[in-house]
Amino acid sequence: MIAILDYGSGNLRSAQRAFETSGHEVVITSDYHVALNADGLVVPGVGAFASCMQGLISVRGDQIVRERIAAKRPTLGICVGMQILFAHGVEHGAHEGVGVWNATVEKLTAPILPHMGWNTVSSATGSVLFSGVEDQSFYFVHSYAVKDSVGAHPTFAEYGEKFLAAVEDGVIAATQFHPEKSGAAGLHLIKNWSNTL
Amino acid sequence: MTLSVRIIPCLDVTDGRVVKGVNFTNLVDAGDPVEMASLYDAEGADELTFLDISASVAGRETTLDVVRKTAEQVFIPLTVGGGIRSVEDVDRLLRAGADKVSINTAAIDRPELIAEIADRFGSQVLVISIDARRARTDSGFEVTTHGGRNSAGLDALAWVERACALGVGEILLNSMDADGTRAGYDIGMIKAVRAVSQVPLIASGGAGTLEDFSAALDAGADALLAASVFHFGVHRIGDVKKYLGAHNYSVRNAHLA
Repeated sequence: MIAILDYGSGNLRSAQRAFETSGHEVVITSDYHVALNADGLVVPGVGAFASCMQGLISVRGDQIVRERIAAKRPTLGICVGMQILFAHGVEHGAHEGVGVWNATVEKLTAPILPHMGWNTVSSATGSVLFSGVEDQSFYFVHSYAVKDSVGAHPTFAEYGEKFLAAVEDGVIAATQFHPEKSGAAGLHLIKNWSNTL
Repeated sequence: MTLSVRIIPCLDVTDGRVVKGVNFTNLVDAGDPVEMASLYDAEGADELTFLDISASVAGRETTLDVVRKTAEQVFIPLTVGGGIRSVEDVDRLLRAGADKVSINTAAIDRPELIAEIADRFGSQVLVISIDARRARTDSGFEVTTHGGRNSAGLDALAWVERACALGVGEILLNSMDADGTRAGYDIGMIKAVRAVSQVPLIASGGAGTLEDFSAALDAGADALLAASVFHFGVHRIGDVKKYLGAHNYSVRNAHLA
């Protein structure tokens, strides 16, 4: 069973439908135990870093993520749900994230922001997430990103500058883009992730 | 690694049906919105826009249901506009499955609404839809309301700058002179708006030939919206992408090998 963590933001129903195409049962939940014990947990996120982090803490999501890592249970962060897994964010002032990875989410340097639309990525060698969709485009909507390399399989994209498009680090993975809005390529990536559960 | 141009079919929905007219009048039935959304997704649309032009509350409820059904089977971004007057309206649409909302008249009436929506949901959900036409204003372009029938008494470029300062994430620029004519996008207007804005710009109104699409990109548009040329089969989305791809614009191939 896959749990999508409901902490007050975003359209969770269409994310649920997208993950259901993998063949797994998918529940939307803010329940601590359901989220902690699900085979896979998805941490979505739409909005600003600080308000998402606040929402996450309100359902003890930071604790859930840390405990799932310790228990070796897969977790996938999406968009701002990826960003808040890092140690720091600078959107509307300096804020602390969950701190799974020690890096800062910074503003992108590009003439036109947000970075909005379909971008190709340079997927990491040995990537499980991008297997079979290495040359595809994915849907991005963001103005902030991490520019450091994180985890064993970092995938980068470029918009104005190089930034981290996805992380695969043991049981925890994250995408800066929205796989649930990335058409057939996104559903393929979701299937790749759900096959690891 | 590049960002592709977005091709966006626009579905004008009233009482659960897609309609299309010329210069916002003479509406004719163009099909079922959920079916058309699926079809455009399969043909490679990069995003979809629903514009709710229902006049009644019942019509708006029907559109909400259309959004819900579409979001459950189409996994590309969905923008919904029409009749949005409050943060609560936005919340309802996002919960129904919209990824972005576009606002128009309500922002002209009360510009603070832009900041209220952006503060609550982030700039990335908010598209400012501007119906503009050529006129004797400072910039030569003015904002209109009621589908281009009335002047809003606003200079279009001044409005673009104000909306950006208040926090919109994207601009949907509709040329009221070109809408539905298939005589080409208003290139001068696209260039003028591009010059005063730093958020993505969607060109709308007037798409006819394949060259029209590339001309709008050259003028500074990041995305291209069209309705009648797609609804009535003048061009398939794949044809537009093939043309643009052949002319060295980056387009998304929606199909897996």
